[in-house]
Amino acid sequence: MLEFEDIQHILLTRVPALTGRYEFLTFHSAEGGRAWLAEIIGTVQSSTQVRASVENDKRWVTVAFTWNGLRALGVDEASLATFPLEFRQGMAARAEIIGDTGANQPGNWVGGLANPDLHAIVILFARDKTERERCQAEYQKLVARCEGVEALSSLDLEATPPFDYAHDHFGYRDRMSQPVIEGSGEEPTPGTGAPLKAGEFILGYPDEDGPPANLPQPEILSCNGSYMAYRRLQEHVGAFRDFLRRHGRTPEEQELVAAKLMGRWRSGAPLVLAPDRDDPELGADRQRNNNFNYKQMDPIGYAVPLGSHMRRMNPRDTAANVNRRRIIRRGATYGPPLAENAPEDGVERGIAAFVICASLIRQFEFLQNVWANDRNFHELGNERDPIIGNQDGTLDFKIPKRPIRKTITGLPAFTTVRGGAYFFLPGIKALRYLAALDDGHKVQS
Amino acid sequence: MKNDWTKPAAAAIPKEGFFKLEEGRYGPIYPKTPACYGFTIIAKIKPGREETIRQYGKTIEKTIAELPDALAVLKLHYLRWVLFDIGKDTYFMYQGIFDTDFDKYTEDAVALFSKYGISTVFENLEGFPEDWKTNSAAFVKFVREHQCPSFLEYGEYPYVSADEIKKALKLKAAFSDMLDQMQ
Repeated sequence: MLEFEDIQHILLTRVPALTGRYEFLTFHSAEGGRAWLAEIIGTVQSSTQVRASVENDKRWVTVAFTWNGLRALGVDEASLATFPLEFRQGMAARAEIIGDTGANQPGNWVGGLANPDLHAIVILFARDKTERERCQAEYQKLVARCEGVEALSSLDLEATPPFDYAHDHFGYRDRMSQPVIEGSGEEPTPGTGAPLKAGEFILGYPDEDGPPANLPQPEILSCNGSYMAYRRLQEHVGAFRDFLRRHGRTPEEQELVAAKLMGRWRSGAPLVLAPDRDDPELGADRQRNNNFNYKQMDPIGYAVPLGSHMRRMNPRDTAANVNRRRIIRRGATYGPPLAENAPEDGVERGIAAFVICASLIRQFEFLQNVWANDRNFHELGNERDPIIGNQDGTLDFKIPKRPIRKTITGLPAFTTVRGGAYFFLPGIKALRYLAALDDGHKVQS
Repeated sequence: MKNDWTKPAAAAIPKEGFFKLEEGRYGPIYPKTPACYGFTIIAKIKPGREETIRQYGKTIEKTIAELPDALAVLKLHYLRWVLFDIGKDTYFMYQGIFDTDFDKYTEDAVALFSKYGISTVFENLEGFPEDWKTNSAAFVKFVREHQCPSFLEYGEYPYVSADEIKKALKLKAAFSDMLDQMQ
């Protein structure tokens, strides 16, 4: 049984937010940090709370910490050493492993995210802008009254119009395929696969391999917690649209090129089920839009290219141990939309998302290192993920097609990593434990 | 041209095992050479375990006979298992040649080793971590500590992957079949 009342809501629930704000902060004093945490805990909702009141709520708050942040709050060295190496090192230190090189390197990141002083994040999702601004004002008052707590940076989130379905700045429908956690009460949609063991995403529960092992200590700190990899990904909408125009003579052809890069039409309709023309009704139908496999239905990739984003991020039945590589995605878009037919305006826009998983190295880093950035994934030879892979203009994208495939050479980068970090997302009890630490605290055995 | 399979090639490798330090998830990545990727793991076996290890040769033979795709995910060309003595001690050598750097499929390898009993062989080696099933990091550390990088590797048909070879053989068979059909 999952302890819903102890699990931060972001792990299990998607909230109806149209806007939000991420606040990044640093603690100059452990006492100040704990005073701040003790106050903000009151706004952090558990999964139980959000499930009961989501229809009436206007805002949802999540709090998480970097490894340096846990230390800054007063977690002792013995306990800190029990966290996995990749989390201790942090995302910036593992840039080469996850493909954040060249333009994506941490030296170019914004908002102080590559800085060891990054200690915590507050994720605010809000129903509307008025509520966001109200929360922001409250939050600023809180930071001001906690000595030694300093805001590093923030990012405002805005859904992109039209608002009737979630999509990114490129226009791709989002939130299509999400694993279901056993015991969460959610029913997987057809094609999603059986629910996965909770331990794949929540610490303290059995995972697909068996009982939990090597949990950070003390257990009160790790149980019902998880890890979050934050990614701020700028989307170069102008370059993306230019690319589509260059590779498609008609709007229909351009849509097909966009679909081939993703594996789905921008409507969400999967190419396996709608190989030749878009089917927006299918795209919006959750009972049908995920109901396909690759091994039997598209082994060569005539519908969904082997190198497309969707096929890399979830190869379904064409990779080993996929149940050990699943992730939960949360997040939102930021920046103003770029009007159709408007030239690139140079304003930063993109997606700011979290990958939630029980093992950063086995789940998030594997996806980045192998599925997104291994040039030879699926024997492709000279390709990386066309949407989120590290692209420097020297790689290809192959579209299988009879009688012969189409190869696009010199694929441009459609996205740039503008920041990222590894956070530990504690359970509610763990947040209270952290707030109550004292400076002489030792790990209880 | 680097990947010209018609031109046999050799590469001398620096002592540390790589030309340029490139970090994988579990440590430095050993490079692709004309003989593809590979490793050579050498470890002392626990006293009296030689027969147990030899017996596993039969077990693995049977596994592969029944499930030819059992190890497909590791992108292997060849595996060689050797037992040899130095003085009174017996050592186990595990050499593999494959098409992807081992780091990438570490967890898959650990899962496979567990599933098909290969790990049971490792359990007969001195210093193998007892909690390897739940501790990928410890497993990988053992492998890395016992890896002896080559200082020379040679390929008669350099850099060619097993998949490419299989594709070429399939094409040859298909052409041969086509010619039969045209008689």
